[in-house]
Amino acid sequence: MTAIEMCSVRHGYGRTTVLHDLSLTVGEGEVLGLFGHNGAGKTTTMKLILGVLRPDAGEVRVLGVPAGEARARRELGYLPESVSFYPQLSGRETLAYFARLKGTPVSGIAGLLDQVGLTNAADRRVRTYSKGMRQRLGLAQALLGEPRLLLLDEPTVGLDPIATAELYALIDDLRRRGTAVVLCSHVLAGVEGYIDRAAILCQGRLRALGSLPELQREAGLRWHLTSLRVDPQGRTLRYERTVAAKDKMAWLRALASQPETVDVEVRAPSLEDLYRHFQAGVDEQRRETV
Amino acid sequence: MTVLWSIAMKELRDALRNRWLLAISVLFAVLAVGIAWFGAAASGTVGFTNVPATMASLSTLATLLIPLIALMLAYDAIVGEDEAGTLLLLLSYPLGREQLLLGKFVGHGLILALATVAGFGAALVAILVGVDGVPTTVLVGAFARFAVSSMMLGWVFLAMAYVLSCRVREKSTAAGLALAVWFFFVLVFDWLLLALLVLSEGRFSPQSLPWVLLCSPTDLYRLINLSGFDAGAEITGVLALGRELPMPVWGLWGVLGLWVLLPLGLAGVLFRRRV
Repeated sequence: MTAIEMCSVRHGYGRTTVLHDLSLTVGEGEVLGLFGHNGAGKTTTMKLILGVLRPDAGEVRVLGVPAGEARARRELGYLPESVSFYPQLSGRETLAYFARLKGTPVSGIAGLLDQVGLTNAADRRVRTYSKGMRQRLGLAQALLGEPRLLLLDEPTVGLDPIATAELYALIDDLRRRGTAVVLCSHVLAGVEGYIDRAAILCQGRLRALGSLPELQREAGLRWHLTSLRVDPQGRTLRYERTVAAKDKMAWLRALASQPETVDVEVRAPSLEDLYRHFQAGVDEQRRETV
Repeated sequence: MTVLWSIAMKELRDALRNRWLLAISVLFAVLAVGIAWFGAAASGTVGFTNVPATMASLSTLATLLIPLIALMLAYDAIVGEDEAGTLLLLLSYPLGREQLLLGKFVGHGLILALATVAGFGAALVAILVGVDGVPTTVLVGAFARFAVSSMMLGWVFLAMAYVLSCRVREKSTAAGLALAVWFFFVLVFDWLLLALLVLSEGRFSPQSLPWVLLCSPTDLYRLINLSGFDAGAEITGVLALGRELPMPVWGLWGVLGLWVLLPLGLAGVLFRRRV
């Protein structure tokens, strides 16, 4: 079953349209990265999937039912961007409250607190929590009731590198168990290894959608080759060049066949490069229309 | 139903934890006992005088205080959750918007009910124990009516607070508007009515004017609390109009009930439209 099906979805507030003709599917056990600048329509897309907003045109289906239906909401976990929760409740009480609202047993809370590393702070008021701890509490909240679809809005904000790595490991684990994950972020570095596909939104339009290799092909960005060579005098020299993807292997073979080559480093176009590429295309279009 | 109750219980627990419930109860008790003892101090006597005079001064003071407490309790119910980011989260949960609003209402309503019963109940016991020869049945009846109507008056202003909270985008706006609502119903409405009476010089039909009192929940509340007595001296200002109101007491209760339900319904409609 597909976790999310969005079909020619349009949405606007008043007279401004923030999403144009968005079509997107996310399958079970798939991790989709949703990227875009501020105001690109990421949060609106999230709200449409949550069923908090209704599309002006098109259809959004979640786990086989229209978005917003009680069944879809029960099997969905959501981590909002920068949620501060209730300062007067403890972490454990917060989770107990949300568990009751979701209709899941309160007994699973201890395990969740342990999973996000908040066991020691569980009985302290949320008022005393750091930003990272609140973020982890939000994550535990999103995991209540073993959701089959997880929506994470800027999940790594406020997390230190170790906690971020733990989060990605957790996402990996959930993916293996068949949970679909939508990861919404504008922090691109480090995400590449954990997403199956990336969707790049720009001014309310889907600019690109696909796996990283697919997007690299589509963008036709050049690869970076760095080689170290030893010249006859024994000095090490460093050469850098960018090559088209189709020429990459020829270059590598050529470099490898030269005995003076001591090292070769290959860097693929990163998500950030791709993001910049697709973003730039829109900027040019905008300039043309103006 | 369990979801609604969970939301209500959270509000109640919040009020217990930040000592709001305790503070309101103590305030009500001190107010009631103070008025019973010193209400007649202006006429040169200290100590419990009679039931009608006590109820009249008590309801006058409660008219100022209870709406203020209710508005303060509930003005940020929706807009506050929105600012904290929890509203979007709650809306993504399997619960209806009306369940969230009603849950808040039940919780806040329960806080006011408990504070009223505890505060005024304590005062009643103090008067019964401390004053000899007090007409017990009359006093208990008057206090019961006073407590229940105070509760309902509080609910009216809770519902009004939700209307504001569902309508505005910022907590500070809701707070400002809540103060305006309080000012209007507690002071301005009566001034306007008095001005109308004086300036019209009797040109309005005396049959229709008393009905205007039904447009103010605070005047309704005071009419209900004075209805048990034929104490003409206690009825002052615009409330004198109420004597000409051809409506039984249960009718006044009914209209006060409508004052709870209509704003609550309006808040529901506004909340549904909120994006």
